Amino acid sequence: MSNNLYIDFMISLLAGTIRISIPILLPALGQIYTQRSGILNLGVEGIMIIGALSGFVGAFFTGSLWFGVFSAVVAGLLFSLIMGFLSITIKANQVIAGTALTILGTSLASFLYRVIFGIRKLPPIIDSFPSLNFLGLSKIPVIGPIFFNHNILVYLALFLVFFTWFVLEKTTFGLKVKAVGEFPRAADSKGIRVGLIRYICVAIGGMYAGLGGAFMSIGYMDTYMDHMIAGRGFIAVSVVIFSRWDPKRALFAALLFGGANVLQMRLQSIGVNIPNQFLLALPYVLTILVLVGVSKKVAFPSAFTIPYSRNSK
Amino acid sequence: MYLLWIELSRVGTMFNFMTEKAIKEAGKVIEKPLVQMIQIKKTFSGIPANDCVDFTLKEGSVHGLLGENGAGKTTLMNILFGLYEPDSGKVLIKGEPVKIHSPLDAMNLKIGMVHQHFMLVKTLTVTENIMLGIKSTRTPFLDTRMIRNRIIELSGKYGLDIDPDAKIWQLSVGQQQRVEILTAIFKGADILILDEPTAVLTPGESEDLFSILRELRNSGIGIILISHKLEEILAIADEVTILRNGVKTGETLVTPSTTKQELTRMMVGRDVLFNFTGKDVNIGKECLSLDHLCAIDDRGVQVLQDVSFSIKDGEILGLAGVDGNGQKELCQILTGLRKTTGGTIHLYDQDLLTMTPKQCIDNKIFHIPEDRQKSGLIMDWDVQKNLILKNYDSKSISGRFCLSEQRIGEQADTMIQEYNIKTPGREEVVKKLSGGNQQKIILAREMEGDPELLIASHPTRGLDIGAMEYVRQRILDQKANGAAILLVSADLEEIFQLSDRIAVIYNGRIMGIVSPDAGISKIGMLMAGIMETENVGVDA
Repeated sequence: MSNNLYIDFMISLLAGTIRISIPILLPALGQIYTQRSGILNLGVEGIMIIGALSGFVGAFFTGSLWFGVFSAVVAGLLFSLIMGFLSITIKANQVIAGTALTILGTSLASFLYRVIFGIRKLPPIIDSFPSLNFLGLSKIPVIGPIFFNHNILVYLALFLVFFTWFVLEKTTFGLKVKAVGEFPRAADSKGIRVGLIRYICVAIGGMYAGLGGAFMSIGYMDTYMDHMIAGRGFIAVSVVIFSRWDPKRALFAALLFGGANVLQMRLQSIGVNIPNQFLLALPYVLTILVLVGVSKKVAFPSAFTIPYSRNSK
Repeated sequence: MYLLWIELSRVGTMFNFMTEKAIKEAGKVIEKPLVQMIQIKKTFSGIPANDCVDFTLKEGSVHGLLGENGAGKTTLMNILFGLYEPDSGKVLIKGEPVKIHSPLDAMNLKIGMVHQHFMLVKTLTVTENIMLGIKSTRTPFLDTRMIRNRIIELSGKYGLDIDPDAKIWQLSVGQQQRVEILTAIFKGADILILDEPTAVLTPGESEDLFSILRELRNSGIGIILISHKLEEILAIADEVTILRNGVKTGETLVTPSTTKQELTRMMVGRDVLFNFTGKDVNIGKECLSLDHLCAIDDRGVQVLQDVSFSIKDGEILGLAGVDGNGQKELCQILTGLRKTTGGTIHLYDQDLLTMTPKQCIDNKIFHIPEDRQKSGLIMDWDVQKNLILKNYDSKSISGRFCLSEQRIGEQADTMIQEYNIKTPGREEVVKKLSGGNQQKIILAREMEGDPELLIASHPTRGLDIGAMEYVRQRILDQKANGAAILLVSADLEEIFQLSDRIAVIYNGRIMGIVSPDAGISKIGMLMAGIMETENVGVDA
């Protein structure tokens, strides 16, 4: 490989890493709220696919990408409320409720897509979010294409890293979330409405996941496909645990997983002599390894996955 | 005295018949009490926890709420604090009828509560915990700096000595309790409820707490002290209300002439003498000996350091200490459930360290675990299955190949009778029995087959006085049988009643082994980790 080609390869690898880590980062940030409040939402995967469809439908019929984003966020919120209802109001087992939500979301999205668009030879497409160039900053060699040549949603996601950290560490709401996840009875005794805080956190998680789904359909690609989320929701859940519920670390974890994903794609495309099945499995194998390595050491919120009931002794 | 009690209950009954209006008028004539609870009723799944209870707290007084475990003290206070809603009855705060639906309502009425199990988030700092219950002046942002300064100020004013930046898990139990008190005062509470506040404290820490409480009372705060300890009520309360089985059985001023007997009778309904037989037993040869035992806990922190002592046949060694100073881990080691990092243990001349839990049982080391619901019983199983948990492989309960239902049943019936376990039948689920009867099942299981070494860990925790008496007598019976007994307890009264010698554990070290004649203040100092320079008589 010549020197030039090598540099191009690295640039496309790093730029791709950033871009493809976003649909992992966004739901992960949302799940930080949800999990900090004590709820494991395995329905993220389903919420994301609903978000991807809503975002695409919204953008396709109005012609406004921002309306697409808006519909995805609202759809994510509404869909996550099912999880809130099951896990908070009914106090169902969260693993089962979340898994059911993922199955529901996946099949519902697939069904609705066929109802709305019918069977077509060519899939409907839209013009997705264009790349910004920051007044020419994107023209700077190497650094430009890596950092300054993404669409607005990428920068929005990066801003949300800071925003999530700020909310959790510097606001009264963030403090309440942490208390609710660690020791709901104490929070209750201090007049914090445990159920409400958990609902809000599940809803925020749903909005972030919906946005993450929309990023896939109208930010990363320009159409909707049935299996486009491809486990990113589940990877996001493991990113949250890996990052120990810290938004900054979640960014790095998402980049790591994104990197693994891009690497396998680029390696396939340049035709490395490894069976492509192995390469495809790379991000998922990484997920398992990371979780096995980390999960024994991390301190989960004490009330993680435990429903709260005031009257139980 | 008995007459007085009758008099009091009659006054109580008369009160029941007064109309609501009359109560209000009466409230106006007398000085307005801070709290009036009238005819409070609350049932949990059919069982009444409070049955027509009346309660009154006056301004600037410490009001004891006395009763055995399960008498309904905590339930009553949880109703006042809005954690439970009463099925019927009225609550008046400063003469005004109120509905308290949540702790938030209670706090708005300036009621603060220090729970028995602290309501503190361990991973957060003192300041953060206090901010949780307070509306920020900079909403939605936190006003950390201002709150922090105010904590320092208040902490100085009442002599609480609290570091606002410490995380809760770094603080001692006594300090955590002071954080709870501070939290309540911080919000301007003028009614402060304390639920069994000294249960987790050393005698010295309790004294500190009492002086803080006196300070608060003198500044006009009404304090409700939930307790089952008579000494405590006599030491600090101005008035006392007594509950038994969810019913109010008395209310009286606490004067220097108030006696323990008087209160006990209202609390238990009879005199309790704690007259035990079988204390004088010949002490035999050495059964258990520990030499420089060290161990770490689940987090890798050193929990036991150079623990050395021995117990002889027919001897009870009391292990006194505040909970969480290594007692739990020590018991686990002695029953084969935990590994050590150094030292030796011998049971007679056998090495105990290499034994599995099963071998420990085969060598007749029996164990009454500290938490009967978590590690003593399988709560969802019935009585007879719980009775064979330990000797499931014994020939006496099996046929040729399988367990024999019939023999298990027969054995269970015998034990139920012998240990006076009150249960509808041997097939009743253990969960449905009272704490005392659950403990009797454990006793029956662990004392059957004559233990060589009995490790009794908090054997009477959470039991009412009658059951307590029974359990202690059974332990003494084992002593008479020649068993060596390690009695781990946070209840000093129990330790003094039963022990031949008392070892005090603090921070994983044995601070000293003394005779019960050494007195409570000496033990209290050792429990707080204060070792005198003179020889304390360690006879390891």
